[in-house]
Amino acid sequence: MATIQTAKRPSAKRSTVALKYSMAVSGLIMLGYLLVHMYGNLKFFQGREKFDSYLEGLDDILYPYLPHEGALWIIRIVLTAALVVHVYAAVTLWRRNKAAAGFVGNTRYHTKQNKTGVQRSYASFTMRWGGIILLLFIIGHVAQMLPNWLSPGGASDSKYDRVVNGFELWWVVLLYTIGLVAVGFHLAHGFWSALTTLGQNHSSTRRSSRLTAVSIGLAVIIAGGFLTVPFAIFFFGAGS
Amino acid sequence: MNITVRVWRQKNADDKGKMVTYGVENVSEHMSFLEMLDVLNEQLTLSGDDPIAFDHDCREGICGACGVVINGQAHGPQTTTTCQLHMRSFEDGAVIDIEPWRAGAFPVVKDLVVDRGAFDRIIQAGGFISAPTGSAPEANNLPVPKEDADHAFESATCIGCGACVAACPNGSGMLFTAAKITHLGLLPQGQPERDSRVIGMIEQHDHEGFGGCTNIGECTSSCPKGIPLDTISRLNRDLLGALAKGKA
Amino acid sequence: MTITEPYKNPSEQFHALGDDIHDAKAPKGPIEKRWDDHKFNAKLVNPANRRKISVLVVGTGLAGASAAATLGEAGYHVKSFCYQDSPRRAHSIAAQGGINAAKNYRNDGDSIYRLFYDTVKGGDFRARESNVYRLAQVSVNIIDQCVAQGVPFAREYGGLLDNRSFGGVQVSRTFYARGQTGQQLLIGAYQALERQIAAGTVEMNTRHEMLELIMVDDRARGIVVRDMVTGEIETHTADAVVLASGGYGNVFFLSTNAMGCNTTATWRAHRKGAYFANPCYTQIHPTCIPVSGDYQSKLTLMSESLRNDGRIWVPEKMNDERLASEIPEDERDYYLERIYPAFGNLVPRDIASRAAKYQCDAGKGVGPGGLGVYLDFADAIERLGRPAVEAKYGNLFDMYAQITGEDPYTEPMRIYPAVHYTMGGLWVDYDLQSNLTGLFVAGEANFSEHGANRLGASALMQGLADGYFVLPYTLANYLADGPFEKVDDSHAAVVEARQAVEERITTLLAINGTRTVDSYHKELGQIMWDYCGMERTEEGLTKAIGMIRDLKVDFWANVKVTGVNEELNQTLERAGRVADFFELGELMCIDALNRRESCGGHFRAESQTEDGEALRHDDEFAYVSAWEYGDKQPTLHKEPLEYEYVEMKSRSYK
Repeated sequence: MATIQTAKRPSAKRSTVALKYSMAVSGLIMLGYLLVHMYGNLKFFQGREKFDSYLEGLDDILYPYLPHEGALWIIRIVLTAALVVHVYAAVTLWRRNKAAAGFVGNTRYHTKQNKTGVQRSYASFTMRWGGIILLLFIIGHVAQMLPNWLSPGGASDSKYDRVVNGFELWWVVLLYTIGLVAVGFHLAHGFWSALTTLGQNHSSTRRSSRLTAVSIGLAVIIAGGFLTVPFAIFFFGAGS
Repeated sequence: MNITVRVWRQKNADDKGKMVTYGVENVSEHMSFLEMLDVLNEQLTLSGDDPIAFDHDCREGICGACGVVINGQAHGPQTTTTCQLHMRSFEDGAVIDIEPWRAGAFPVVKDLVVDRGAFDRIIQAGGFISAPTGSAPEANNLPVPKEDADHAFESATCIGCGACVAACPNGSGMLFTAAKITHLGLLPQGQPERDSRVIGMIEQHDHEGFGGCTNIGECTSSCPKGIPLDTISRLNRDLLGALAKGKA
Repeated sequence: MTITEPYKNPSEQFHALGDDIHDAKAPKGPIEKRWDDHKFNAKLVNPANRRKISVLVVGTGLAGASAAATLGEAGYHVKSFCYQDSPRRAHSIAAQGGINAAKNYRNDGDSIYRLFYDTVKGGDFRARESNVYRLAQVSVNIIDQCVAQGVPFAREYGGLLDNRSFGGVQVSRTFYARGQTGQQLLIGAYQALERQIAAGTVEMNTRHEMLELIMVDDRARGIVVRDMVTGEIETHTADAVVLASGGYGNVFFLSTNAMGCNTTATWRAHRKGAYFANPCYTQIHPTCIPVSGDYQSKLTLMSESLRNDGRIWVPEKMNDERLASEIPEDERDYYLERIYPAFGNLVPRDIASRAAKYQCDAGKGVGPGGLGVYLDFADAIERLGRPAVEAKYGNLFDMYAQITGEDPYTEPMRIYPAVHYTMGGLWVDYDLQSNLTGLFVAGEANFSEHGANRLGASALMQGLADGYFVLPYTLANYLADGPFEKVDDSHAAVVEARQAVEERITTLLAINGTRTVDSYHKELGQIMWDYCGMERTEEGLTKAIGMIRDLKVDFWANVKVTGVNEELNQTLERAGRVADFFELGELMCIDALNRRESCGGHFRAESQTEDGEALRHDDEFAYVSAWEYGDKQPTLHKEPLEYEYVEMKSRSYK
């Protein structure tokens, strides 16, 4: 057993824990955005005029201190950066973790028993593939937001109308639902994980932590909040 | 009782290894799991086969030498060390899969024996308080609140068996590392080296090829000593503090 | 009229008698000043020279790890060896109860002198006064040192250190960390060791087993080790060798020792000329979990701190089949409280163990085979409440429940004595140097501090005293004459030692017989337990020597060692250890046969008082038996013991 070689060691700034910090912070930024976004979506129920004028008003946040669309561009840049950091950290950790798990061929343990661990939550299993689904969903969703470029159900100058047109199609609702369920699972583990990573867990086990309950609550509120609009349109004909 | 075991056999680090099936008869429910392996090894020896190599020493759950993955669970179905697991935890006729700890940082030496030297090197990187022999002040000059002492003790009970790594799907050694950070970080004696300790130990942890923590808690649930999960949060807090001070 | 020949000890058919020996380093003067004077007179090594001096330390328990760490810190070039995969696993880790120190934090009349007095008396007047006094002196430094390292001792609400009392004494001087004191102390020493490894002063060799000592020009200059992963036989040379390889309780197969504990390092040194002292002094611990079946691989001890609050009893009726709860209070015999009212359940270990054996021999034992007595916490739970009992003994109760499948909170525990510690070991002088120049021995591996019986919580104290506070001075005194001429790997003595090791391994692998190593070990252990265990007789010991000799011959003809040397071969490791246990077991019996008295851990049935208490014969046996190895038979050298400060009297705990 040789003496440790400190010279060859990577800096703690590049450590798995540091990467997790960046994941946690970027994730929390995106979560904050989601909450505001959800608030905006729920404006749908106030009708076309209020919804459209709310959205137009976003262009002029902090105007004239910021130029037209200035605040939005700041938000876009911050969000894009957060997403890039989040995905970069995730991919880097994923690769490191895979190498660390000690696979023999394609499996780690050859037994068929207890493949799902002792107490792992379903949400924790879905972080990686769920994250990929989310990423695809976000790409599609942003593309859809570009002015009349991808407008299932029909283009319109009124964003309210575009929302209604889109969510009258079953497959749009389905894709959107899949995306939001993925968001929910991602948050159920992710919010707990982010706060734990930032040092805020004071509970001796995963299951006994209050943060776990808060996380799950938050996930339900966000996924549910976002889904009210499409479900109202598709199932109850709202907005038509 | 009679049981069947499927054991990972691997001649040495370079061998590919495979699962091999053996029958073990007349197993008493009062036997420890390792005593069952002893019985099997006596059988194998008499038939001229190579007995199964496994690490073990104190057989009272404190040295941390033993540890195998039983039916996919580190140390088996109970939260205890393998040596303290008894055959009464299994049914007559059971088929039991026995595999070594799997982790990139714990290469297999032979059969169920792995090299856990990485843990020692993590301790070398800062898991201590520098107190040269003879330099210590009178012990009672430094009162430690009982609550802190008790919590420190709780983390200090880690036996370094490696079950946390084997149970973690990421092969992370974070619980082991965090237990030491917490033990020493809670005591007044541990404060002067608190920042350098966490930085050194985390750097070494990653350098050894352990994975990162994804906060799923399998480690704590498999830990025979019940090292609490919040130790990892404390490690995260300490590292954040150290990095914020520009100590890395 | 017949002419009676001078009395000849029957043991002499098995050994020769040599000259008396004396500890040439024994200090003189008032006992309080001996260690200080000795330290002052010891030669020092210039810090700049220390780097050129190398030391080999075998074993990483409390003594070995603390010695290696301290010597490394001092600047010597240290190589440390252990057979485990990490130095943290040495069996010191399993010590539960605590560590004694004469701090007198309880204000209950404790002092260095009282700890010294208790230890000499507890050792049944078979230890050296000077050594024991030194141990008591440095005990206070040990606590300071450990606290500074971050050992989380139990504390009181005011934040100061807590104490508990332990068997054989009437003061509270035992420092503890719940039931895991040994673990915490060892982790402290281990961390200090790892710090030195990182600093490059100590080179650690895990999974390396010492198989031979290398003597060059009458000095211990190196060791031969086997790399247990590759099978490579390596030689390491240095200026001094420290053995801290632990005790030999595993000669009994069933003991509370770890499975790997062995005598090979000390026995190999003995064969090279180091005297083995008092091998027959074995401590049988009274509070172990009874044997449950013939597959049993080891016994588990529960700290005797349990005797602080637990009450020991057996049913008054013989072969009582009732459950403990069904036996009314007036049909229970709290025999320790009855026979020893002053100390009650806290009598020293040897007395408690033998008392349990007598109860079981009388047919009052409980549990499988009638080999057990009750240890009952019902009163304590009622008096203190379950939470308080849980806080104090929780982990011990859990351990009992885990092993037996019974709940000790509702049913009394069953306990039975088991081999636990060996007071005997390699003979050393005041400097912990054996009769072989340059070979130092520390911790349980030496014989020095505990006499014929070790008090509870004194093993941890001795291990750390030797490693942290004694060896660094006494070894420096020896090394001040160094560095000695370098020994090359091609030196005849090195080559010879290496060849001896290789030949032995080849021989073991070539036998390819029909019996497993463990089966021999179990049979040897049974012989030792039956004839050299808690009670020994001339007849039994003589018989045992014959049986061991026969078994040894059979072993070398019929043992089956599978595999090859060039791999991780646990059967081969065990075979080598068992082979040495045969020779040691025989010597233990010879030593026990020679000592026709009862003292401490050695009880000769022929030597007892009318009411069955141990009877010492100070006129004849107030000496250390130091055995010199011989091919045909061993030679006994006696080191007379003198007591200036503590009056020799028979121990009474009544």
